[in-house]
Amino acid sequence: MIKQLIKYAKGYGVRAVFASLAIIVEVLLEVFIPFVMKDVINQGILGDAGMTIVIQKGLLMVGLALASLFFGVLSARLSVVASAGFAKNLRQAIFYKIQDFSFANIDRFSSASLITRSTTDVTNLQMAFMMGVRMLVRAPVMLVAATIMAIKISSDMGIVFAFGLPVLSITMVIISVTAFPRFKTMFTKYDNMNARVQENLIGMRVVKAYVREGHEEKIFDDAAQGVMDAQVRAEKIVIWNMPVANFTLYACMIATCYIGGQNILAGSMLTGDLMSFISYIAQILSSIMMITMIFINFVMSRASASRVIEVLNEKIDITDSEADRDLKVEDGSIEFDNVSFSYAKDGNNLTLKNINLSIKSGETIGIIGGTGSAKSSLVQLIPRLYDVYDGSIKVGGHDVREYTLENLRDGISMVLQKNVLFSGTIKDNLRWGDNDASDEEIREACKSAQADNFITSFPDRYDTELGQGGVNVSGGQKQRLCIARALLKKPKVMILDDSTSAVDTATDARIREEFKKHHGGTTTIIIAQRISSVIDADRIIVMNDGEIDGIGTHRELMESNEIYRQVYNSQQKGVA
Amino acid sequence: MAGKNHDRRQSGQEGRDANRFRRPKNTKKTLGRMMSYLGKYKFRLILVVLGIALSAGSNVLGTYMLKPIVNTLEEMVRMIGTDASYVPQISAIVKYLVIMGAGYLVGILGLYMYNRIMVTISTDTLYRLRKDMFERMQKLPIKFFDTRTNGEIMSRYTNDIDAMREMISQGIPQLINSSIRLIAVFAMMIVISPLLTLITVAVLAIMLLVVRTLTAKSKFFFSKRQKAIGQMNGYIEEMTEGQKVVKVFCHEDEVKTGFDVINKEVMDTTVSANTWSSILMPIMGNLSHLHYAITATAGAAMAIGGLIDIGSLASFLQYSRNFSMPITQLSQQFTSAMSALAGAERVFEIMDTEPEVDEGDVTLTYACRNANGELMESDHKTGIWAWRVPEENGVKLIECRGAVNVNEVTFSYDGEKTVLHNVSFYAKPGQKIALVGSTGAGKTTITNLINRFYDVQEGEILYDSIPIKRIRKSELRRSMSMVLQDTHLFTGSVMENIRYGRLDATDEEVIAAAKLANADFFITHLPQGYNTVLTADGANLSQGQKQLLAIARAAVADPPVLVLDEATSSIDTRTELLIERGMDSLMQDRTVFVIAHRLSTVRNADAIMVLENGEIIERGDHDSLLGQKGKYYQLYTGMFELN
Repeated sequence: MIKQLIKYAKGYGVRAVFASLAIIVEVLLEVFIPFVMKDVINQGILGDAGMTIVIQKGLLMVGLALASLFFGVLSARLSVVASAGFAKNLRQAIFYKIQDFSFANIDRFSSASLITRSTTDVTNLQMAFMMGVRMLVRAPVMLVAATIMAIKISSDMGIVFAFGLPVLSITMVIISVTAFPRFKTMFTKYDNMNARVQENLIGMRVVKAYVREGHEEKIFDDAAQGVMDAQVRAEKIVIWNMPVANFTLYACMIATCYIGGQNILAGSMLTGDLMSFISYIAQILSSIMMITMIFINFVMSRASASRVIEVLNEKIDITDSEADRDLKVEDGSIEFDNVSFSYAKDGNNLTLKNINLSIKSGETIGIIGGTGSAKSSLVQLIPRLYDVYDGSIKVGGHDVREYTLENLRDGISMVLQKNVLFSGTIKDNLRWGDNDASDEEIREACKSAQADNFITSFPDRYDTELGQGGVNVSGGQKQRLCIARALLKKPKVMILDDSTSAVDTATDARIREEFKKHHGGTTTIIIAQRISSVIDADRIIVMNDGEIDGIGTHRELMESNEIYRQVYNSQQKGVA
Repeated sequence: MAGKNHDRRQSGQEGRDANRFRRPKNTKKTLGRMMSYLGKYKFRLILVVLGIALSAGSNVLGTYMLKPIVNTLEEMVRMIGTDASYVPQISAIVKYLVIMGAGYLVGILGLYMYNRIMVTISTDTLYRLRKDMFERMQKLPIKFFDTRTNGEIMSRYTNDIDAMREMISQGIPQLINSSIRLIAVFAMMIVISPLLTLITVAVLAIMLLVVRTLTAKSKFFFSKRQKAIGQMNGYIEEMTEGQKVVKVFCHEDEVKTGFDVINKEVMDTTVSANTWSSILMPIMGNLSHLHYAITATAGAAMAIGGLIDIGSLASFLQYSRNFSMPITQLSQQFTSAMSALAGAERVFEIMDTEPEVDEGDVTLTYACRNANGELMESDHKTGIWAWRVPEENGVKLIECRGAVNVNEVTFSYDGEKTVLHNVSFYAKPGQKIALVGSTGAGKTTITNLINRFYDVQEGEILYDSIPIKRIRKSELRRSMSMVLQDTHLFTGSVMENIRYGRLDATDEEVIAAAKLANADFFITHLPQGYNTVLTADGANLSQGQKQLLAIARAAVADPPVLVLDEATSSIDTRTELLIERGMDSLMQDRTVFVIAHRLSTVRNADAIMVLENGEIIERGDHDSLLGQKGKYYQLYTGMFELN
């Protein structure tokens, strides 16, 4: 996991290495100070070197501290830049990866989840990276350096560490290992509790309408209590950290004083040595504590890492690496050859079953069918938004997999059922269809889509700013803008997936008329709820439960197709 | 959805970062309120302070013991030097070591004790905070939720409570600990050597200056960074939500370029902000080393001059090392305490929001008729409901039949824009009333008023000739089922979701309701039938199927009044035809209000109100309205754009 992520430090690796080096220098300087201090005491006070050595060594210590300050700050700055760069690269990688997602990939992640992954999770990893560069280097170096210095002062007092270090390390490991699963449980419960609040908020009208406040309170109370119990269980363990560490530290201090005292009395050691030694004990034990802390923090950011990696490693199931780069969609003929499709890629759970269909270039095809009859699934296979499970689809005489995705989708315009406009001006949005479209062409497309009228009624006309998601136009207007945008691509195949549901029937009819008049060569596929939207299509396909129930003109279907008749009647009853 | 759950917690952490430099509006009041939450544990809090004092005290004492130990050792070393026959006794320092050890042990006990108590106090306090907030939230009027985004409210459960948790479980003990330590260490320093303490004071001044400068700097850059992150969030949100459109238009490269610009900005501001905050630690740490170096030098000079004994110097040096930690901690705790209080303020804001007013005294009860045909209260479901109206002399029972009179109602959500103008209509028991009109015409507002999600400002609504303001809200809502356009399902089995309509419904009743709504067919085709667990908001069902479940839920509640707000909008016309019989029997003998976009749904209503701009512009039944060739005719024939 670390190995995979660390490569995103590219371009900032040198800084990261220097940050680590700087911190090593800082630690060494820091560790050296008590060693110098020992001489001040031993030679200056106890010996006869007097003031000279005190001042000399004192200046050395001040110099060491200042140098250490410099390297400390340097390391901090370098690691900040390196970690921010790492985060930048990581965010970019995630975002670029999302751009490569196929529809099936997109369906797997919610938009909210992708946002948290590229912001919060990356920030967590950035912190972990910074800690890795600085603390994770600092603590072990400090541990080793201080131990060496301490043993150098008095090797037989080193026995204190032989006792202290293992005891502390083992306890820390035991505590971490015990606490970790408990924290995991706690986080799960915490997530569940918040999920419950979220649900309650979303469903507040239902809660109130059915007077279920008490019921909700009870459910929440259980969840909150669960969190509390889990938290107590986890923290109960962690709080042993400090007492155990302190106990070890203090025991070592006392042992040091005792053994050191004996040594001093035996003449094998000086008081200054003892004082430095005590400083080292504190440094050594605090670095062990620090390692534990880093460990816990790493464990916590592990969840973030796995979520980020989940995105980065998501297998893109539609690629065009095998495609012929030069192949372009030449005409709008479409051929479904025994096509089956499953969202779950499971042969027992087919959404579309054995579809055979041949559409001539320039034909207008209507598709009618109930909720869940797989109308949308059928058309989404044409621009390869999803891949077929079995069989094949040909567009312009070639299998859709032979085209690059870009060339294929350039030839096929699709107005999605759930369509989106982006923040920016109307013109910006329309240019999505064709970056180089002239104002004239844009206007033309909008006239065809019956959008020009309302656009020109806005004070800023085509330069009107749309809020995110196109909030300041009505649903019907939005649909017409989306159609205009799709038209600008000048596609060979135009697919409208229930794209005029909010448009009134008269306008809807005018759009279809325009299509016939100006885009006669374009194959047009219209999915609709309203029979009136497809009534004059060349052929109408009736979908039912993933299969084609009937194909024909309105008249033919009225005679031969039961479902079609029912739909028709359900929409006609009562009209005088 | 992979990892969806985690994101909620994660967004909490993000918030902590975002709220790093938030400030509460009224620090004192909020602090007081927060403390009153802790007030319940007065006795235990005293133990906590005691524990902290013991642990800090033992540490300070232990360090002080270095003085007699070193001095005794030095004395003995001197004796050895002057008197050859002197035999040093290590036991001379043992008594100090024993005192030291005993002190430390007590300190460790104190440490464990206060930490353990704090776990209980903090978890329990958080539990109570959450519970109080949630319970209050359940009592808030719909208006509260309509005027805030869910994310805004959620962040109080995550970010704000999180900030409070940190403050209670770590901040407060550390604040006490650091303060006690700082004072005790400082006091001991003065006791040992007032002269050397002068150095400490000078270093202290520098440290405070450093903390202040760095905090101010990083505060400035953090808010810039927050802005950049906000911008990035917005961009990612917009693009991932429109990802399918991006794909369809092969617009990936342009979108990537746009992202790169924002991403760079985030990095730059992050570097500035983090630089100032991360150099604090090395600066403080090394100032402490500098302090140590200067103190050691000055102390040694003083020792040579006989101004201080070596034992005192040993202790003092140790103290000087312990000095910077509490200051760093205090500065950090101050920042996080401020943001915790800002969070607490937002949590208390919810708790202080006025709950839905409910002055109603009329309640709903089961009823039956006795031999004389008089209405009697009953303790079980009889099929007859009655309003229990308290009057001066006893209680009057009025049968709940579902007659609704809306009299000259004028309403505005914000007091500025009038949504309903002088609307009047009535529904006789068992009638089906349809409300049609474009979005914003005021259809949903009417149902909001009937079940008192909002209260009428002018005019009145009578329900079985009782003013609805007199009816207790919970009872009023129990008497009517609502099926809303955005069907909401809860995590749980299909069975549980339908049963939400009436918690004591038997399995058979639930299934009967599902059959009525024509939902039984698809439910039995789900992997586990009625026991299939639906994920968050029924993500594994189609919108149409969700609506069928919502209809079943309303059916199981079996109330006298039914409100269908675009209840069948996602069900295709053919399926709608199939459930029509079920719907018909569901509507039988009930007063029904139907709001529909699709007019095929309202054809057989007893009366249809066409609303426009908050006014009823046409009314009548289907045929007469068509005959008028007015707005309804236009809508029906599709000559007018709906939405």
